[in-house]
Amino acid sequence: MREPRTLGDVADLVRSKNAGPFWMTLDIFFATDADYEGVAAPGVLERRNVADLYRVPPDDVHIFRLPNLRAIKISFPRPVTQGSFTDRDIHAGQQYIPLSQLPVQPHGQ
Amino acid sequence: MIRDARDISVIFPTGMLGGGFPAETIERGIELGADAIAVDGGSTDSGPYYLGTGTAKTTETAVERDLHVLLTAARAADIPLIVTSCGTAGTNSGVDWVAAIVDAIAREEHLRFTLSTIFSEQHADAITAALAAGAVKPLSPAGAIDAQVLRSCEHIVGLMGFEPIADALAGGADVILAGRATDTASVAALALSRGLPPGPTWHAAKTVECGGFCTTNPQSGGVLVDIDDAGFTVRPLDPNSACTPTTVAAHMLYENADPFRMREPSGTLDTSQAEYRAVDGKTVRVEGSRFEPATQHTIKLEGSAIAGYETIALVGIRDPNVLAEIDTWIEILDEILTDRVRALLGLDRTEYDTQFSAYGHNAVLGMLDPDTATPREVGVLFKARARDQATATAIAKIANPLLLHLPLRVESHLPSFAFATSPPEIERGAAYEFVLNHTIDVASPVELFRTETIKVNHA
Repeated sequence: MREPRTLGDVADLVRSKNAGPFWMTLDIFFATDADYEGVAAPGVLERRNVADLYRVPPDDVHIFRLPNLRAIKISFPRPVTQGSFTDRDIHAGQQYIPLSQLPVQPHGQ
Repeated sequence: MIRDARDISVIFPTGMLGGGFPAETIERGIELGADAIAVDGGSTDSGPYYLGTGTAKTTETAVERDLHVLLTAARAADIPLIVTSCGTAGTNSGVDWVAAIVDAIAREEHLRFTLSTIFSEQHADAITAALAAGAVKPLSPAGAIDAQVLRSCEHIVGLMGFEPIADALAGGADVILAGRATDTASVAALALSRGLPPGPTWHAAKTVECGGFCTTNPQSGGVLVDIDDAGFTVRPLDPNSACTPTTVAAHMLYENADPFRMREPSGTLDTSQAEYRAVDGKTVRVEGSRFEPATQHTIKLEGSAIAGYETIALVGIRDPNVLAEIDTWIEILDEILTDRVRALLGLDRTEYDTQFSAYGHNAVLGMLDPDTATPREVGVLFKARARDQATATAIAKIANPLLLHLPLRVESHLPSFAFATSPPEIERGAAYEFVLNHTIDVASPVELFRTETIKVNHA
């Protein structure tokens, strides 16, 4: 049996950042078309996966697939506004870790 | 390609004024025929403190250094220099601060030019009236807003579009120092003033708004962008860096919730049909960007209010037994502290906030952290927020002996943990929060902004 792989293993780069004080956005870049297509295929990485990871409502999660860039973009409202008392990460720059460590089964592999 | 007289070439030297760039990159941009220099001085990205206090995150020396290079180059070439979002948050104090630095440089270098300053700070009363008239609209996700929220703001700014800057250019300004503006307003003002089409203009402006971020080496300095009727061309100013179709297209993802659509006061940029092509190894051509004009002109508002006063303390823990149950240790501490604060200060949990961030364990991700291994060492950052500084510090002082000595369970030996400083309590002053995520409908794109134009003459 194959070792389970994480999204971070499959992707070239996973990153997170504020998109203004009220939103967070995550970008996943892939090195090859095959890697991109394996994760961009329906059912591999969906709104409910992201909602579970970040404990946000699935309806708030936006997923954009960008085949020309071999990238997937995910955006949702920040559960905590930037800089407010319980904010743990002012720039949201480290919030990609849960996504990066998500086990994935790329389509066709 | 034959250059049309309307085409414009703009240097965007860095992602933030005061961030630094090699002076040679500006010389190179001027040699390549730049028609203007534009740079942004701010962002909300550093948090609500800067808008709340009206102070800059950058140090004056760094801003003076960057402006010295840009102002002398722009005046020598007789091309406009535009700075937007002066002083980080774009408050009136931020514009005045940058204007004073510009004046000092002009004095030192014996310069003469026309200076326009554009102010974007808003009065709470005026916004309250607009709210009552139904002209203030929430963006997602917006909190509740009423007159009290507006009055609580230390500063409110409106993000100007290109129009006030274009008016200043038309009025003959050589140097424009603007308050809060969209990141794209300066480049857009330069291009739209010449009658260039909005699709290529806004996309070009968005591409360069972080300087070298759209290149292979974001730390190498800025870029030069040429905008024309059909599209735009962008290249780095550092000969060792490059723009590639991927680096340019990928920049539309950076700090944007939607990679294809970007809202401006006058409409929406749509890059979904844009095509990115390598001209040579360093230069990229982009065509196919579109702009949809809005039926209603809107100005985005930003407001920052004091949410209380904070005192913090940092304690280090290396004891493996405590680290094995660090979450329990924090829970016990929090319970005892709650009781003591109630007993000693008469304060209920609703009257103050505390937070324990266990750095080395899960301070950054909290409950979301997928890794549950026992840490080797942890720094617990304790944070108390209360209605005034004295109360926040009193809570931290009550926490002090617990942070220092709290055992996991009843023991004959009291442990002592490692405070980082003496005293451990550090007063942070006022804590600010962003409280507005709204737009305001306006009849005119310039009505919320005030421009002053003067002749600077130190020749």
